[in-house]
Amino acid sequence: MNIYVLMKRTFDTEEKIAISGGKINEEGAEFIINPYDEYAIEEAIQVRDANGGEVTVISVGNEEAEKQLRTALAMGADKAVLINTEDDLEEGDQYTTAKIIGEYLKDKEVDLILAGNVAIDGGSGQVGPRVADALDIPYVTTITNLEINGTNVTVTRDVEGDSEVIETSLPLLVTAQQGLNEPRYPSLPGIMKAKKKPLEELELDDLDLDEDDVEAKTKTIEIYLPPQKEAGRVLEGELANQVKELVQLLHSEAKVV
Amino acid sequence: MGRKVLVLGEVRDGSLRNVSFEAVAAAKTVAEGGEVVGVILGESVSALGAELIQSGADRVVVVESDKLAQYTTDGYSQALMAVINEEDPEGLVLGHTALGKDLAPKIASKLNSGLISDSTAVEEAGGNLVFTRPIYSGKAFEKKIVTDGLVFATVRPNNIAPLEKDESRSGDVSTLSVDIKDLRTVIKEVVRKATEGVDLSEAKVVVAGGRGVKSEEGFEPLKELANVLGGAVGASRGACDAEYCDYSLQIGQTGKVVTPDLYIACGISGAIQHLAGMSNSKVIVAINKDPEANIFKVADYGIVGDLFEVVPMLTEEFKKLKVHS
Repeated sequence: MNIYVLMKRTFDTEEKIAISGGKINEEGAEFIINPYDEYAIEEAIQVRDANGGEVTVISVGNEEAEKQLRTALAMGADKAVLINTEDDLEEGDQYTTAKIIGEYLKDKEVDLILAGNVAIDGGSGQVGPRVADALDIPYVTTITNLEINGTNVTVTRDVEGDSEVIETSLPLLVTAQQGLNEPRYPSLPGIMKAKKKPLEELELDDLDLDEDDVEAKTKTIEIYLPPQKEAGRVLEGELANQVKELVQLLHSEAKVV
Repeated sequence: MGRKVLVLGEVRDGSLRNVSFEAVAAAKTVAEGGEVVGVILGESVSALGAELIQSGADRVVVVESDKLAQYTTDGYSQALMAVINEEDPEGLVLGHTALGKDLAPKIASKLNSGLISDSTAVEEAGGNLVFTRPIYSGKAFEKKIVTDGLVFATVRPNNIAPLEKDESRSGDVSTLSVDIKDLRTVIKEVVRKATEGVDLSEAKVVVAGGRGVKSEEGFEPLKELANVLGGAVGASRGACDAEYCDYSLQIGQTGKVVTPDLYIACGISGAIQHLAGMSNSKVIVAINKDPEANIFKVADYGIVGDLFEVVPMLTEEFKKLKVHS
């Protein structure tokens, strides 16, 4: 089975965000595999172990993403592909990324593609479905369970807290929701093995793409931090009175109930 | 001038979701005086057209089919693409709901267009339509414009004010017949787990529990409080990891991002990853035994105390308030 995973390198969830020169300040920040993509990688490894085949993890970004790709290899993926856009693109959007990945995958034999349902930095959740559409294969988003039987697939999908059980078939793209699995930590032997696993690096040229072919359709014109919230009032006195006061404040002052 | 904008009226349990009226308001801004055309997809939904017009749409196109009774990516994308081909709009607005998140990128791919997801505001500024959207789960915001092609956006529930309903407004509700075929995904079963029908992302009040809730049963008093306030129950990652509740309730950078009018955090310490999911709520109340808990730094009102004492008392007080008002 040919299994592909779409992976993004993101800020660690515990990082504070600072802005300098109109951009998010990345200096000294910890970077991780986007947490939802981690579920995708774990699921891909489990599917491969049950069905045979190969897991290839793809990332679009700069050479810094090599580290996260190596981590994916250490978890158990077989191959990694970095499509390095650093020299070619100033700025891309989801159209750009999906176009590049779609171009890379279009002549591959694909059985299953997994991605995170959203990246915790940009938060748009577009690339997975866009890639599936470009390849003309079905997709199911925010899945919490995946069962594969031959080419038949049964998926459980999280829909705002409810779940849907969906039947479909390969080839298929799915995006991972929390609860799909418990991603493994790379083992020490895994880390050693990962160093020898193939990590292919490509540029737009290698995909016969021009900058113009992937030019973004949208543009960020400003990035800013939300106004700092001032600490509010901690109520005092008898607990029963605090509760009464709180209800009054919410009713009369904040007017939210 | 102005542009023709399509806006999807999303149907859930036979009625239009609130986010659809918010999307109409956004579509009005995007249209800049042009026509706003509502689109409603479903099994027998044409009666809902009038309500979408009362909330600001100029006319409505309905696609009805038994294949649209439940949302599927293939069914809805075929129906919406048929309307788009017929109407040839310059703008498109959907709610950033489970449906919108699933459908919008496919439509954007088919139209080779950009898509500004999860917008919390849109305004005309300096000759551009400027969309505001949270990034890093609300730790920062970005302003975005469309530089090429269709102005396409999804809007986050609870953020853009709907227009006041005008019952005297009328407009054309027409039907487009679409032959929907080849559904590649089939829904076999729907398991309802969400609390009392109030959707976490659209709820005006969220009562959330953290590790301090201590057990699955510990969520009971929170559920009672949420019920009295017509709200939904949420949780921190800590509570989900400890298996006190389902992951579908998780609020945070991983999990859902919510912006209710009132957020009541019970026994939640306030890790950065949790704050990212709720700190843009309009009013935040923190209840925690630990006066040093980080959550008090973002709370508008705080009570230092045991949630198992405070929450039931709050429920009683709110009940009294409801009786009086």
